[in-house]
Amino acid sequence: MDKIVIRAKDFSHFFGALPALKNINMEIFQNEIFGIIGPAGSGKSTFLRALNRLNDLIPSSRTEGTLEIRGQDVYAPGISVVELRRRLGMVFATPVPLPRSIFENIAFGARLAGEKNRRRLAELVADCLKKTALWEEVMDRLETSALKLSGGQQQRLCLARILALKPEFIMLDEPTSGLDPVSTMKIEETLRKFRAEYTIILVTNNTKQAARVADRTAFFLNGELIELDRTDKIFSAPSDSRTNDYISGKFG
Amino acid sequence: MRLHIDPKIEQRFFRSLLWFLTGVTVFILFFIIFYVLKKGLPAVSLQFLTKNPVEMGKAGGIFSTIVGTVALTLLAIIIAAPLGVGSAIYLTEYTRENWATRVIRFGSECLAGIPSIIFGLFGFILFVTKLGLGWSLLSGGLTLAFMILPTIIRTSEEAILSVPYSYREVSFSLGGTKWQTVTRVVLPSALPGIATGVVLGVGRSIGETAAVIFTAGSSLHIPTSLFSSSRTMSVHFYILAREGISMSNAYGTAAVMIIAILAINVFAYTLMNRFMRKYC
Repeated sequence: MDKIVIRAKDFSHFFGALPALKNINMEIFQNEIFGIIGPAGSGKSTFLRALNRLNDLIPSSRTEGTLEIRGQDVYAPGISVVELRRRLGMVFATPVPLPRSIFENIAFGARLAGEKNRRRLAELVADCLKKTALWEEVMDRLETSALKLSGGQQQRLCLARILALKPEFIMLDEPTSGLDPVSTMKIEETLRKFRAEYTIILVTNNTKQAARVADRTAFFLNGELIELDRTDKIFSAPSDSRTNDYISGKFG
Repeated sequence: MRLHIDPKIEQRFFRSLLWFLTGVTVFILFFIIFYVLKKGLPAVSLQFLTKNPVEMGKAGGIFSTIVGTVALTLLAIIIAAPLGVGSAIYLTEYTRENWATRVIRFGSECLAGIPSIIFGLFGFILFVTKLGLGWSLLSGGLTLAFMILPTIIRTSEEAILSVPYSYREVSFSLGGTKWQTVTRVVLPSALPGIATGVVLGVGRSIGETAAVIFTAGSSLHIPTSLFSSSRTMSVHFYILAREGISMSNAYGTAAVMIIAILAINVFAYTLMNRFMRKYC
């Protein structure tokens, strides 16, 4: 359980002159659910997008320090960003199904990587849909548009879509912020099941969600890591008063 | 003191006013189409569509001008569509907004406002005389292509920009390269808008007279190569009417043109609908 897979060392991230993350030092272990909580603008999403280098799309972004995945610097020159992103599947806050069929949404990543064999794609799609408990609901309409699914189904589709990449990590950026409690519960159940196979980083603005599913939780505030500990410790006896204020709802 | 108007009366007044304005617009449009068809359709027959003009168009049909129109329009689109869509992709996806993109955009907007007869003159000087292409399909096609290019760039750009940014993020996060993202996510979503631009271009090419008469000439023969001079339906209509050769054949040509443009629009929309149903 305690094998370190992600390590940030004095890692800072800037947009122009603006620091979004300041000197982050932390480690994430293999097969844990790692929760990140904090108010809006605290740098939670920036951290996820630094890991898969989605921040590169923003012109003025710049990093300092190191961010390592299995000992390899994510920002080292010569690293394949495409391959990096395939290792770190990402689910966004609002479900974003692409305007194509359910089947093609799931198969999208594999097709990008060059898979053309229809039978292998079909197996992959079925497998990923089963893992996210969506198979029963959509098995007879795989060719219909993914946009016709409900919000909760769309988010599970997005989860299934990254499973098709066969990633090592699953990163979720406030995945249930727009969902009803039942859909939220289904996603959380799925995440617990996934812990055996993947390392999961869950950014959430719902502190209770972190308390429910995360093994360890980090509290970010204004781009700084304030506290990182076992989830039960964070929620019962936080050592920093700001953490306590946040989880007890005094601000945020 | 402000005049107090009962909101209900106000609402009724403006609703009637807008209804009236829309009604006038629709009436004018349908009146023109109706008038041209009424005057023109009696002249249209299978003979008219399949026979070449006789005696400068006084008798016979308009077959060679149909061929000329189709050839010229196809040529213009084949040249302008890749250039226009390619430029739009480059401007939106591959560069950041800076002074160069603003200059290009401003330039293409100016180009869109230039009267077509100036394009005709430009095409005549450059293609017909300087490059020695003569009055030909090629000269005409190139001129028309330049004329419709700004429209295609503009509409394509807008279509591409209206594709949600989140689609691009998803594609990148799933390991897509820039090119894969553009071709597999952005372009399919932007296609209806791009197609609208291309269809507008087709419409303008079919209807264009001034730019064509200077560059493609007005030969009544069926064009046999890119270097043949050729007459389009709109040029034929202009000459028939202008020189008083045959008003009934002029209206017949106009009717065929209007029907062709309507048919192309309907066809394009049907195709788009089918495409949208598949993807959205």
